[in-house]
Amino acid sequence: MAGTSYKGSEIKDVDQFIKGDGLESDREKELGQHIGYRYDVNLVPDYDRVTPFLTGYMEFMGWDDLNWLEDVHMGYDDGKPAVFDRNINGWLAIPDSIKLPKNQQDRDMMAREMLIKFQMSPDHPMVQLNKAYRKF
Amino acid sequence: MEGLNQDSVSHEMGMHTEPLTGRDIKTMFTLENEGGYGYHDAFDVDYNKRAEINADNMEANEVNNQIRDLMADGHGTIVIKNPGAKHSIAVGILNRLNLIIEGSLGYFGVGLLDGPNVRITGRVGWSCAENMMAGTIVIEKNAGSTFGAALRGGDLVCKGSVGSRTGIDMKGGSIIVGGDTGAFSGFMMQRGRMLVCGNAGKNLGDSMYDGTIYIGGEIRDLGVDAVPAELTDQDKAWLTRKLKQYELLPKKGVDHFTKIVAGKQLWNYDNLEPTEKKIVL
Repeated sequence: MAGTSYKGSEIKDVDQFIKGDGLESDREKELGQHIGYRYDVNLVPDYDRVTPFLTGYMEFMGWDDLNWLEDVHMGYDDGKPAVFDRNINGWLAIPDSIKLPKNQQDRDMMAREMLIKFQMSPDHPMVQLNKAYRKF
Repeated sequence: MEGLNQDSVSHEMGMHTEPLTGRDIKTMFTLENEGGYGYHDAFDVDYNKRAEINADNMEANEVNNQIRDLMADGHGTIVIKNPGAKHSIAVGILNRLNLIIEGSLGYFGVGLLDGPNVRITGRVGWSCAENMMAGTIVIEKNAGSTFGAALRGGDLVCKGSVGSRTGIDMKGGSIIVGGDTGAFSGFMMQRGRMLVCGNAGKNLGDSMYDGTIYIGGEIRDLGVDAVPAELTDQDKAWLTRKLKQYELLPKKGVDHFTKIVAGKQLWNYDNLEPTEKKIVL
């Protein structure tokens, strides 16, 4: 991590925020909360790990890469793996039935795929909000 | 009166009375992809169906309404001719679309996009692609200040040079500049990537909270809490891929790029009392 006085815990293990509370620094322990993101927001995607579903999405949109999904990562909310949906400003929990890959890059690809499936679903909360509030 | 009618719709749908406690997002969808690759309310467009708009004697809102009507009619490729550097052209498009703008745009052009691929043959004014969510925008010439302000996602490319405060407050996405960028680029950047093949003006990355800036040329000076970091092999692979994609890869490759990140000295969370921090987060 850059700088000399990073005030949160370093991410050393892919399961750090699942196995424990992820609180490392003295200040985090005092607060009882993690400081900063629970994943590396600057991690660029490994394109050798793109899933077939995501390849189909890229082709549909006419993009040569993951585009906005480059900023989507698997995070950890309340000790559980989750992906953040900016359209609802909330975390989407990864179901317990899904086995997590061993590395963050594959987890990120899984998170991207799940997020697209969720956002494009007719059950997405935005569909209801759209019907209720759309003005034009 | 239209607004009042819509309010009554939301009441009829029970949006104001439904219990929110105990509601779990996991119960609201299945893993099967029922909705395809597009938003539920997106227009079904065909890239091979092409239309043109002559914006010469049109107001910006007329142009924007016509783009919407053409998408509703299934047009997936739209060409705007004679944009005349009008402000706020082609904003708020939440659909996949090939949009070609033959000419230059004024202020706040192509803002709030979520999905389209846009090519602009001329120049753009201040705050181009402000708050863009997804998609690609390629500008063939130069851009004004606050290029990609508050960008959320997608690729914003200027093949020429850009003004000051590029990517101010950006929260995601990639800003790619073929030429130089002005002062205070990356000011208060929160995440995302900025990639400049040329030089950067003074106070680069001032008060940046997170994110990454890659500079291929000279840096006049760094802003508060912006620090150099190691350019990893993963960074190099990503830079090469991205620059090649937009035909901007320098002949000498990317090894000479300087990587700038946040020093995180300005992270002041640990100066707050625990109760204050809980409110902030």
